[in-house]
Amino acid sequence: MTEFATTATDLVIAALLVGGSSFALIGSIGLARFRDFYKRIHGPTKATTLGVGCALLASSIFFTRLQGSFSSRELLIAIFLFITAPISAHLMVKTALAEDPASSPPPQPAAAQDPSSTTASAVPSTGTSTVKAPTAG
Amino acid sequence: MSVILSTGTGIAIGLLGLAMLLCAIRLVRGPSVADRVLALDTLYVNSLALLMTLGIRLAEPAFFDAALLIALLGFLATVALAKYRLQGDIID
Repeated sequence: MTEFATTATDLVIAALLVGGSSFALIGSIGLARFRDFYKRIHGPTKATTLGVGCALLASSIFFTRLQGSFSSRELLIAIFLFITAPISAHLMVKTALAEDPASSPPPQPAAAQDPSSTTASAVPSTGTSTVKAPTAG
Repeated sequence: MSVILSTGTGIAIGLLGLAMLLCAIRLVRGPSVADRVLALDTLYVNSLALLMTLGIRLAEPAFFDAALLIALLGFLATVALAKYRLQGDIID
């Protein structure tokens, strides 16, 4: 490889690394500075995934040049992260909603006038005896 | 190792260290448990990027295996913590 191509590849790798870590830093600033949990989860789940993607791409280019053959192991981590990041973000939002039910969105107005709620009140008459049973013991 | 690469990896390591410090601040301060889980999740993703950058700086391919292990275990830890807070039980 010529001198110019080596320098150009070095520049691409360094730019990807600095850009990716800047994205990770911006996401972490959002995590540390926003006031609400639902605002805080917005920064890291997007910016940090992009930052790690840039770092993985830089690493793939560097080790492809170093070893002379295509280095595909970074692709494995990138695919795994891109699949699992939305799943973990979804679970964390569900956890926050379960901890603070007052912050969940209001229910639909059509569900308030549900006609099945009047008929359902007659059903648990048999269940009252089983509920009272532990108080005797 | 050229001057461009050593400078680039040095800047990247500094920025990622700052990002991990901010995650640690949120991990200590976080008012709710969900905040702490989110801070831990961001912390492991940042440490993944830091390991990749170190692998480039030292030209050592063995850092990948550590990064892959951290990716797998970090996702499992996040899911386990979130499900424990959600249901009081991890495996049901």
